[in-house]
Amino acid sequence: MELLYDERIDGEIATVDKSGLMAAIMAVAPRLTLLDREEDLRPFECDGLSAYRVLPMLVAMPTTLAEVEALMRVCYEHAVPVVTRGAGTGLSGGALPLEKGVLLVMSRFNKILSVDADARLARVQPGVRNLAISEAAAPHGLYYAPDPSSQIACSIGGNVAENAGGVHCLKYGLTVHNVLSVEIVTIEGERMTLGGESLDTPGYDLLALFMGSEGMLGVITEVTVRLLPKPEVARVLMACFDDVERAGKAVGDIIAAGCIPGGLEMMDNLAIRAAEDFVHAGYPVDAQAILLCELDGVESDVQADCERVRQLLETAGASQIRLARDDAERQLFWAGRKAAFPAVGRMSPDYYCIDGTIPRRELPRVLKGINDLSAQYGLRVANVFHAGDGNLHPLILFDANQPGELESTEALGGRILELCVDAGGSITGEHGVGREKLNQMCTQFAADEITLFHAVKSAFDERRLLNPGKNIPTLARCAEFGAMHVHHGELPHPELPRF
Amino acid sequence: MTHLQDQRPEYTPPSESGPDAPAGRDDSEALCEQVARAQAERATLRIVGGNTKAFYGRRVETAQALSTTGHHGIVHYDPVELVATVRAGTRLRDLERALADNGQRLAFEPPHFGDDATVGGMVAAGISGPRRPWAGAVRDFVLGVRIITSDGKQLRFGGEVMKNVAGYDLSRLMVGAQGTLGVLTEVSFKVLPTPHAHACLRLELPLTEALERLTAWGREPMPITGAAHDGEALHLRLEGGEGSVSATRQRLGGETEDSRFWSQLRELQLPFFDGAFDNDAHVLWRLSLPALARTPALEGDWLIDWAGAQRWLKSAEGCGFEDEPRADAHIHEAAIAAGGHATRFTPDANGASPFTPLPPVLAKYHRQLKQRLDPQAIFNPGRLYAEW
Repeated sequence: MELLYDERIDGEIATVDKSGLMAAIMAVAPRLTLLDREEDLRPFECDGLSAYRVLPMLVAMPTTLAEVEALMRVCYEHAVPVVTRGAGTGLSGGALPLEKGVLLVMSRFNKILSVDADARLARVQPGVRNLAISEAAAPHGLYYAPDPSSQIACSIGGNVAENAGGVHCLKYGLTVHNVLSVEIVTIEGERMTLGGESLDTPGYDLLALFMGSEGMLGVITEVTVRLLPKPEVARVLMACFDDVERAGKAVGDIIAAGCIPGGLEMMDNLAIRAAEDFVHAGYPVDAQAILLCELDGVESDVQADCERVRQLLETAGASQIRLARDDAERQLFWAGRKAAFPAVGRMSPDYYCIDGTIPRRELPRVLKGINDLSAQYGLRVANVFHAGDGNLHPLILFDANQPGELESTEALGGRILELCVDAGGSITGEHGVGREKLNQMCTQFAADEITLFHAVKSAFDERRLLNPGKNIPTLARCAEFGAMHVHHGELPHPELPRF
Repeated sequence: MTHLQDQRPEYTPPSESGPDAPAGRDDSEALCEQVARAQAERATLRIVGGNTKAFYGRRVETAQALSTTGHHGIVHYDPVELVATVRAGTRLRDLERALADNGQRLAFEPPHFGDDATVGGMVAAGISGPRRPWAGAVRDFVLGVRIITSDGKQLRFGGEVMKNVAGYDLSRLMVGAQGTLGVLTEVSFKVLPTPHAHACLRLELPLTEALERLTAWGREPMPITGAAHDGEALHLRLEGGEGSVSATRQRLGGETEDSRFWSQLRELQLPFFDGAFDNDAHVLWRLSLPALARTPALEGDWLIDWAGAQRWLKSAEGCGFEDEPRADAHIHEAAIAAGGHATRFTPDANGASPFTPLPPVLAKYHRQLKQRLDPQAIFNPGRLYAEW
């Protein structure tokens, strides 16, 4: 897949004189840090999807709201695109710079403005790290629930832009369920507040619309999050299975019994072996699948739930069930899961992470499909799975130094995502579309649906200056690349001209 | 493109659920045609489900009705997936019964305001019940929708999976939009198991003390899922595992009360709400405020719900006809000053918007969004605000 911005199909971008633009910005924001020398731009050439790199024309690192507003006004007047970047940990290239664009880096907006324990909320600047919020809330017995695996490094502004998830989503929700309000600067340099400290606001739910909008509708300058009281206890059960399908069914049994675990994760044999080799978490390396089931809440309820789940797992045919003896063992069980990506990274020079979601009942069929594709492409795939909410992370093992291997990895990844869409799922559960999955958007959505997305975009950014070429493909792109794979013998978008 | 989910057989309830569980009916083609015709004829449409929430929002004048009630039935419901997909014209009580038969429910506890309430109307109005501060709002449980756009096409956004960040979240945008951006034809919900244990308590406490205690309890993991004060006593609902509910009940004391308190509160049927929809005696307002906000100095009787975040005001102000606009503005301003907003629940004879006016920049983007999604202003024109 061609990842770099292609004006022919992604839309034209005006060519602007760099020094003229810098002078215009300096005139209205004299103290704004602007970087334009190649060696200064280099650290910003990619985000967490590091296979793809572009040097931006300029990097702007504002420290005040007035600087953001001034920058946006100048860019709007000069029709210069703006790509906003948080901590740069995104996995879909959402913050991939544009050669002809300004990269707006929000990392200096890094203050926790207030933690209100009585109101159970924290007001923070967008560059604050996800984990730092929970750390600031901890003295009050509170925490911020969404915990993407990058939580040590990723920033809350990026979490909002991607609607980030984590391992506790099924019970505690995604970013969208845990943010009360955001402050926005529009492309025209206006300020607006979406949401509020009340539980609802009049008019449309623009707060929900902006969640996961990947910097395409406005720039986030402040976030107010909801804090939750820390659960009294958390226990983890590990169940081993000789058969992946049986493990998948056990997940359904737990939920059907009226249990909503705090976390419910599954790993397949390749992922188990990788993790065990790396972390020594005590995983049985001969198991075909393990389930980690965390139950949290009030002591007496957790005890009852543990007993209930243990019986269900036995009935479901688990070959071994272990309850973490103490908090240290609980952490160890999780350490294996949380280190699964780097662990797989040790088995192979490179790996590529996929982020599809499916209805859980489709798990056996989709896993079989992934196995078949893996054999067909001659590339190994390890499967890590947020089983509770149907979010699959197949990791494709490859070697970028082997000619053609990156390309076949991308092709295999694309096929896996199509398998997910075909099963009634989505091409991305929590990593976002970014630049990476633009072509697969054409598989998940029909041309009319994509047209409506563009209509929404134009209501907030008519000139297409905010992060162009991400999240929503042009119909021209769908016509050219969306046809890569034939579905049920039909070309997608047969109504579109092909060139 | 056909997705697998379209090939799944439609949900059929187990036979014991009774003779009045109606078979599903797909009326989407006719609905699309009606919209396309309206666009061609430059007509406007007033979208109607069970017509139980007509009072909520401005009256839509001179428009032809588009009824969703012929488009009904549960399309998919697999309790193990915690997902139910339902056509908009399905009666809310039919959905709730199917869920209850499987020990599940809509956690946001939507009010019906009448037997005929439909799922589409419930989502379009976007009103959540007493459990909202703890469980979440309607929009928190909407996973996907189908809508008919202003050019008469039925499109799908979101889906039947818990996590989905592909494209903009148009599903949640439709919640509370009152049909002004498109006709909802189908909604997929996340549903949740009904907890194993529950208890309803009444504690004789003055309001200030009740709110102080709720603030302290809010910082602990307690199984509270309802907290309302009627001027005399604090009403609490506990839901969770047997252990935590019984321990909390012992700790808090008070007397046990009937769980009907909560359904009556949800449906605005407690004695406090008597005559609320009859404009002569008083006007009912809903104030949505930060839970810790000081109660605005407004004349009238108060009932506090959502542990302080939703406050009902029965006001005598503005009942005299010519005073109305001034009295309304006064209440909106007081709610804004307290950090929230107000909604007039008693219909207004003058046709003013019951909703607090939007600040200028927000209003601009609302207008532009409406203009892009419904350029000819076919759908429920003026339902939320007179200008669009």
